[in-house]
Amino acid sequence: MAHWTSLSEAVRTHIHDGDTVALEGFTHLIPFAAGHEIIRQGIRNLSLIRMTPDVIYDQLIGAGCARKLTFSWGGNPGVGSLHRLRDAVEQAWPHALELEERSHADMANAYVAGAANLPFAIMRGYSGSDLPKFNTQIRTIRCPFTGEELAATPAVRPDVAVIHAQKADAKGNVLLWGIVGVQKEAVLASKRAIVTVEERVEKLDAPENACVLPGWVVDAVCLVPHGAHPSYAHGYYDRDNVFYRQWDAISRDRESFLAWIKHYILETSDFAEYEQRLAATAGQVVNA
Amino acid sequence: MSAPAYTTDEMMTVSASRMLRNGAVCFVGIGLPSTAANLARLTHAPEAVLIYESGPIGAKPPVLPLSIGDGNLADTADTVVSTPEIFRYWLQGGRVDVGFLGAAQLDRFANLNTTVIGDYRKPKTRLPGAGGAPEISSSAKEVLIIVRQSKRTFVQKLDFITSVGHLTGGDSRAKLGLPGKGPTAVITDLCILRPDPTTRELMVTHIHPGVTRETILDKTGWAIQFAEGCHATDLPSEHELQTLRNLHQRTAEAHGVVGAEA
Repeated sequence: MAHWTSLSEAVRTHIHDGDTVALEGFTHLIPFAAGHEIIRQGIRNLSLIRMTPDVIYDQLIGAGCARKLTFSWGGNPGVGSLHRLRDAVEQAWPHALELEERSHADMANAYVAGAANLPFAIMRGYSGSDLPKFNTQIRTIRCPFTGEELAATPAVRPDVAVIHAQKADAKGNVLLWGIVGVQKEAVLASKRAIVTVEERVEKLDAPENACVLPGWVVDAVCLVPHGAHPSYAHGYYDRDNVFYRQWDAISRDRESFLAWIKHYILETSDFAEYEQRLAATAGQVVNA
Repeated sequence: MSAPAYTTDEMMTVSASRMLRNGAVCFVGIGLPSTAANLARLTHAPEAVLIYESGPIGAKPPVLPLSIGDGNLADTADTVVSTPEIFRYWLQGGRVDVGFLGAAQLDRFANLNTTVIGDYRKPKTRLPGAGGAPEISSSAKEVLIIVRQSKRTFVQKLDFITSVGHLTGGDSRAKLGLPGKGPTAVITDLCILRPDPTTRELMVTHIHPGVTRETILDKTGWAIQFAEGCHATDLPSEHELQTLRNLHQRTAEAHGVVGAEA
């Protein structure tokens, strides 16, 4: 049952060292504020899952929160590399990062399998690809009806799912729209779920077939306006493409990355203060 | 009328856009494929259906998206579905005519690498990874590839096969039993390549005006073959060039930067 709470309380209660955590949101509604709070609380040894690691996991990986990454595309969209992810993989900085690499279709299917309480996903995929040589969890199964050989991969079953959405009502019923990615599946596949929202409303006023997560499948709901920045919240604010470009310079170098994390995350008490510091530097970042 | 002046990138994008027929259902990769597909939609293929893996079906973005899930894709789509639905019902379901992909590296059989340069476990360069490409390359009815040509991209041997093209040539792809027929054309800043009907090795079929065979040989990591009757690519028209330049201009203004090409 959903409880309205502060983000720091939600993270402290539901995310622990060593957990398997999926912060989802396909380019849109990426739960950046929650990612920052995980860094702020110094949570370690996380097994992170996410289709597109994006800048949010670059921050978590560089800050030393992650032991393992399960993913299917790890870049800075429209800009280039995730330098902290690359540094972890290529130079084991700040420490080694175990990779479990899949394709988008696989990850999407694996979330569906997790939400459906099935042990594995079935799909047509990976034929001729080298990925199954390096991820031995990608296997094959023969269809009992047609004999066709299909790819079989383990369901994704996180301890905790974290998503950002547009609205929630007093009971913690959550509404999201636009590009909804795998957020619904991620919440339903997980043991616990934290949702940050743009707005708390009396009534959701959602159309019948809208993407609504009832409050009783969510554990914590937190009001965090702009909590998806620098990604976007459809109907609220646009993607901060300038920040994504700036991140390339900030993250390229270990020192400038650490200075950024210190100034904007570790030395701030919450997301509102992070925003104040961003505004104070007028989008110009320190040491970048 | 004299030929309009154009850049090699414009030649590549215009040539690639022409490959997309009007009405085709196209699964679009971000960057160069998205530019070419939108140019096609704004010129000869207004009925082309653009699908992006983030969920928009029938997207008609007014400016080029910077990411695969920009809001203008959702705003202009006929419908927006979840990511599992895109891959399960629409791609695997057999609804996609053309997969439009880019690549970091490809080989003579149009297999693609977007995973690593060097050894997988100790990579020299870690690339973003598979994304949607392995299943696009196997399930789309055909695949178009757009990539700038150099010895770094056109390699003798891939360090990693992320997405299969024609595997080892001949009937090797057919033996995998994949639904789609694989890459039917590779469009570069120098030329257009198509697989030989029998060997499935990429052959140069069109050379962009002003490009020499020596340049193509010099920028390819294997002994590239030229098809018999290989001829010059048609020049970009004024309309194509102007439409492309306007699109880039609008994109740069919308994203607050110059040179928004991904």
